[in-house]
Amino acid sequence: MAITTTWVFVEEVAAAPASIGLELLTKARGWEGQVAVFYLGAGSDEAFSVLGAHGATTVYHLDPGDNLGTAQATAALADLVGQHRPDLVLFGLTYTDRDVAGRLSARLGRPVLSNAVDVRVDGEAVLVVNEIFGGTQLVETAFRAEPPHLVIVRPKSFPAEPGATVTPEVVPVALPDAGHAGQAVVAERQVEEKVGPQLEDAAVIISGGRGLGAAENYALVEDLASRLGAATGATRAIVDAGWVPYAKQVGQTGKTVKPDVYIACGISGAMQHLVGMKDSKLIIAINKDEEAPIFGVADLGVVGDVHQVIPRLLEALDGR
Amino acid sequence: MHVVVCVKQIPDPASPYKLEPDTHFLVRPAEQVLDDTDRYGVEMGLQIADQTEGTVTLVSMGPAGTMQGIRQALAMGAGKAVIVEDADLRGADALTTARVLSAAIGREGFDVVIAGTESTDGYSGTVPQQLAELLGVPALTYAKHVEIGDGTVTIHRQTGGGYDVVTAPTPVVVSVTAGVVEPRYPTFKGIMDAKKKPVESTSLADLGVESVAPGQEIVSVSPAPERSAGEKVVDEGEAHLRIIAALEQAKVI
Repeated sequence: MAITTTWVFVEEVAAAPASIGLELLTKARGWEGQVAVFYLGAGSDEAFSVLGAHGATTVYHLDPGDNLGTAQATAALADLVGQHRPDLVLFGLTYTDRDVAGRLSARLGRPVLSNAVDVRVDGEAVLVVNEIFGGTQLVETAFRAEPPHLVIVRPKSFPAEPGATVTPEVVPVALPDAGHAGQAVVAERQVEEKVGPQLEDAAVIISGGRGLGAAENYALVEDLASRLGAATGATRAIVDAGWVPYAKQVGQTGKTVKPDVYIACGISGAMQHLVGMKDSKLIIAINKDEEAPIFGVADLGVVGDVHQVIPRLLEALDGR
Repeated sequence: MHVVVCVKQIPDPASPYKLEPDTHFLVRPAEQVLDDTDRYGVEMGLQIADQTEGTVTLVSMGPAGTMQGIRQALAMGAGKAVIVEDADLRGADALTTARVLSAAIGREGFDVVIAGTESTDGYSGTVPQQLAELLGVPALTYAKHVEIGDGTVTIHRQTGGGYDVVTAPTPVVVSVTAGVVEPRYPTFKGIMDAKKKPVESTSLADLGVESVAPGQEIVSVSPAPERSAGEKVVDEGEAHLRIIAALEQAKVI
């Protein structure tokens, strides 16, 4: 028996389906069988047609209103999964997806495999591929429990491509009573103003690390980024130190990026960082320490002081 | 409030990690350290206990070993620790971990359970949510700010584009991001006191948790295709020109 049904959990972000959801749909429609979406958000005809264009034939729609909604989504999803018995339920490695995947795993008593970079369907076997030790080793894991198999996939593991011409059937799902677990309420939503290119979709990214020496030197990264029309990123070390907000973090516990050009400034190249950027097309690294692991993945490694190299680079760019 | 903080002892991240060749389990030396991300949870727990005249209990699962990591957390100020250690738990997955922790936490009782968002050695990142579901409570996740009200907890929950202010009544599970608070360094007195604090070691049988066969199996571990290092140049005042040449070639400028 092969895979007959794959479900994809899709969260609504800024009135549209989250991009990771579309990546997962694109992957799922390449397999045999039906693809359905469990959609958490206000919903709209436009959002549903985007889901259809990416391969969803059915959309189960739950509007959480002002509830955090993760417990309700879990209860509703567990109920629907019990009725329709999908083989696989895919989630993205994002905040809400992880919440629902974790809760659902506990509710159904099924394992959830996290941090997947690939999912392979081979007959009835479902294999999940993970990178460990900073992406130096690949681990392949097979499910041994009964379906549904729950998988959380890292963003950018698959491209998102429309191509299906499906108008999905939209099935509204009533908000279930999740009891005490469902009592988390969103009182306010703060959206930080996005200035300039964003990490997720920038062609060029300039990132900074501890080697910058002090928070105010992050300005070097920002100046270079603004000169090149690039987004700015950071290592976990300087995010934890409070130099820059978490939204800029690239790495295992931050964002995964695959730009055309990644310039690492004063970054030693800890595993936790490398895993988030090593698939960039061109990597340029500037670091004082000749032995820094970042040079192991850099196409061009400059052994030098960022405080000297970047100002000279800016000057040369201005002179062009 | 009675606060339970989930903590994990992990192999020192500064030394390279290895897998056991036959089982593919992570090699865990007797001397493990407190996961750095747990220091934020412990600090948050201590602050809540201070504000509410409450208590902080640590709950951990895994080989106790020298207990260096647990003592680190006790030295920060936690009152006691419960550690679940059992041969059947070697290589336990996230769901098993959550089942074990929820049994230990349920026995202790709690108003607030605090955990990091993910461990540094396994980083599945689902245990806090699985715990919340098993305990039947809300999960206030990815907190970058936490406020305690009268029988409620309010957090700033990290989102892709900013944060949401989310409130839930206790009992509740809260997962905290690094940076939620500034963890204190243990004082000399704290380190001395930690040696005398109660640490209860318990097993699956004590908790009444049955060991279950894992629902997944690692079928292969192989080296990833390596990205080879390119050219390395030592800056002698001209290296920026090489960067410009590379950017030109990539058609960025």
